[in-house]
Amino acid sequence: MVLPALTAEAIEIGATPPDWRSAVRLAGLVLTRAGAAKPEYADEMVRMIEEHGPYVVIAPGLALAHARPGPAVLADGLAIVTLAEPVNFGHPHNDPVSVVLAIAIKSADTHLAAIAQLANVFNDSNAIEALTAATSAAEVQEIMGGTE
Amino acid sequence: MKIVAICGAGIGSSGILKVNAERVLKKLDIEAEVTAVHLDSLEMARDAQVILTSAEFVEAIGKTFADIIVIENLFDTNELTQKLEASLGS
Repeated sequence: MVLPALTAEAIEIGATPPDWRSAVRLAGLVLTRAGAAKPEYADEMVRMIEEHGPYVVIAPGLALAHARPGPAVLADGLAIVTLAEPVNFGHPHNDPVSVVLAIAIKSADTHLAAIAQLANVFNDSNAIEALTAATSAAEVQEIMGGTE
Repeated sequence: MKIVAICGAGIGSSGILKVNAERVLKKLDIEAEVTAVHLDSLEMARDAQVILTSAEFVEAIGKTFADIIVIENLFDTNELTQKLEASLGS
């Protein structure tokens, strides 16, 4: 698997969810809009965080929401939601979050190439700030696709 | 050397830890096999020398002979480099 092309449907800019649950559910909605997941996948992503804590906040300002592969995943997919007002996930170091990525993965065995692509983008510490400042889907696509 | 990266789902964050740890280890010229696993597959970590994870999972991992390294920023290869170097004592 490589990262699926990031379509405009998979991007939501300047959202204003009131809390982390709403932010994760919105990211799930965007995955559904992009055809990658059923609506219940959003609840599964929320449940992962309720169960395991805010570990999905993997870098300052960035949450990587996901659940396990399963029937709620329709296709490999990536969604990006940027927040006009950052929200706290309760992470000791990396709060507040201004960019929520959501991934849906069909099979855990084949997803590492896509994850490596994500690492290529975000090992550049400016990427999160650039995404937060983006005002159009095209800008987000450029930031995310800049290293391919 | 065997290193495992652990997270709640075995995708996502442990995958990023695996990818970035492999990059750092290559730069440090250390040969190691890095596996991404989820909490339910902890037995895969039994003979690991190093466990990479987030603070949330330390308690769940419990007693182990492995050196547990907690990573705060999974995309910060400098943090990974420093902590891996300190653990592997090169």
